[in-house]
Amino acid sequence: MADKKIAANKDKARAAAAKPAALGEDIDLGTYVSSAEEQPYEADPSRLPDKVKQQMLDAGVILDDPSQRAGTFIQMDNAPVHSSIREEGVEVLPVSQALDKYDWLSDYWWRAVAVNTDKYTANVELNQHNGYFIRALPGSKTVYPVQACLYLTKARLAQNVHNIIIAEEDSELHIITGCATASEEEAGLHLGVSEFYIKRGARVTFTMIHNWNPEVAVRPRSAAIVEEDGLFLNNYVLMKPVRSLQTNPTVICEGDNAAARFNSVLVADAGSSLDVGSRVILNGRGTKTEIISRAITTGGYIVARGYVEGNAPDVKGHLECRGLILGEQGVIYAVPELKGTLAGIDLSHEAAVGKIAEEEVEYLMARGLTRDEATATIVRGFLRVDIEGLPPALGAELQRAIETSEQDLM
Amino acid sequence: MSDVALSIEQLAVEVEGREILHNVSLQMKFGETHVLFGPNGSGKTTLLMAIMGFPRYRITRGKIVFQGKDVTGLPPDERARLGIGMSFQRPPVVRGVKTRDMVAACLRGKESEERIGELAERADLTDFLDREINYGFSGGEIKRSELMQLLAQRPALTLIDEPESGVDLVNISLIGELLNTLLEKDCPIPDRKCMGLIITHTGHILDYVNARTGYVMCDGVIGCEGDPHEILATIREKGYEECIACFLRRDKGG
Repeated sequence: MADKKIAANKDKARAAAAKPAALGEDIDLGTYVSSAEEQPYEADPSRLPDKVKQQMLDAGVILDDPSQRAGTFIQMDNAPVHSSIREEGVEVLPVSQALDKYDWLSDYWWRAVAVNTDKYTANVELNQHNGYFIRALPGSKTVYPVQACLYLTKARLAQNVHNIIIAEEDSELHIITGCATASEEEAGLHLGVSEFYIKRGARVTFTMIHNWNPEVAVRPRSAAIVEEDGLFLNNYVLMKPVRSLQTNPTVICEGDNAAARFNSVLVADAGSSLDVGSRVILNGRGTKTEIISRAITTGGYIVARGYVEGNAPDVKGHLECRGLILGEQGVIYAVPELKGTLAGIDLSHEAAVGKIAEEEVEYLMARGLTRDEATATIVRGFLRVDIEGLPPALGAELQRAIETSEQDLM
Repeated sequence: MSDVALSIEQLAVEVEGREILHNVSLQMKFGETHVLFGPNGSGKTTLLMAIMGFPRYRITRGKIVFQGKDVTGLPPDERARLGIGMSFQRPPVVRGVKTRDMVAACLRGKESEERIGELAERADLTDFLDREINYGFSGGEIKRSELMQLLAQRPALTLIDEPESGVDLVNISLIGELLNTLLEKDCPIPDRKCMGLIITHTGHILDYVNARTGYVMCDGVIGCEGDPHEILATIREKGYEECIACFLRRDKGG
């Protein structure tokens, strides 16, 4: 990367190193360590320990039989331990290697996300620990998803990753990323910057499953720029405990007729604090978005945000936020926001927060289900994701991941 | 044990602290279908809800004996498992729960794709199996879906709330067909193991389903009991006002 550009990014990052985030509890970065031992490269990830593989599998990353994957990337702590592809037309590399390989990559570095957004983005720049680079070549269409796993093993580590995803013109790319921790109780911090560039006519589905532990804090910083006729489909599933998570990814539908859809499924138990939003800026003519979030608390605190801004003619956006409070504790704070800056746009939202309707429980009981069975059926229905545009196999996989976690909920 | 399969004895039911039913009694045998007429607000639905066992409909006096067992204190799911089923007039939408899931739940352990498909075909709801239950359903679709679920559940006693309300003519003959299957109308009476209690405001359903006994509910009591067609003829001719007036005259006289 041109030295001038690097220096400019570093300067901006240093200036923002103490800048608190706009949302979420302020994390004291000083309580985390930033260096970890090197991890050996593993050419055959099926040889990783069974426990590790299981944790990754719970986050949607399959290592024993990668035949249903177009490529695989695994990073443990600060070190990429595996990257490979199985299908033509897609590149999967540690981002450090990609930066060496492609001079032009510097044009994408901190373009969708500003390096000085807050102290977390600044920290990722100043103490960067790699990340992944996934690129679909022009016109390529991968059948299976690329999978990526960011795995935290060292206690009190701050994992700072910077990921770049590029879908070149008319390509189709599916990605599953799972994040997991080795320990079920050690504290850790995951800071992940992800920048998506979806070129003209390209389609990207990005499905992220988080499997942290009750002591981990997480601050993803993501943004996507979608060009003309491009589509970005973002699915996020968080059903396992986490201490504190705040994220508010932004998609800018820049080109005409670009579209973005967000689906999130969030579950917070006692002790978990989530602040999860989705923002879509509709700048191109005829751009569209739909944001759907479903949140369940069994005692945790959830802020479910949605923001749609329409700045061009003929744009259409809808926000739907539904929250279910199970049990006596727990808070769901739904914040749907719409901003229109010209006439002729169509933005709407609906939000509902409450407990399970007794009428629905009784309806199912009249069919012979016990109260517990009826409740479980309603919760399962609430969490059902039928995602338009997602390949059926991937949809089924996502549903399975949700159903596995549901067991803990009942 | 007598051959009476459902016996409601001097039932009083309260909803939100207000007594809606006072001293209601009726008896049914296997194979029988009874219909409940009555003006809006007379307590018909309350009676069905109380038989099904919804806690909001609190039984304050009397009892419900079903197949020799006092079910008065049982929750709806236990009653359902004993063989009581209900077709709701306005069932709730349950988001994310598909029609298929409901039919499967009703089949209780005997579910199979074939069976579900067959029931859906019979109710002309094949395209509805993967839709969320009751979400955006028309009046006729709701009724057919309710009856499809009951055909899966196969209750000995079926409670049916206004099968004809909000239903067009094409739908009503299919609904009549489904009801007749549910109530085993094609079996000789002595062989039937099912019975039905149908609420009807207009009596229109009697053109499609035969019933043995009719009742007129007035203000929370059963005002009269008799041949359903005769009762319907009177209601059609003179209206519910006359039924109520007649009942009041007898009530005073008695």
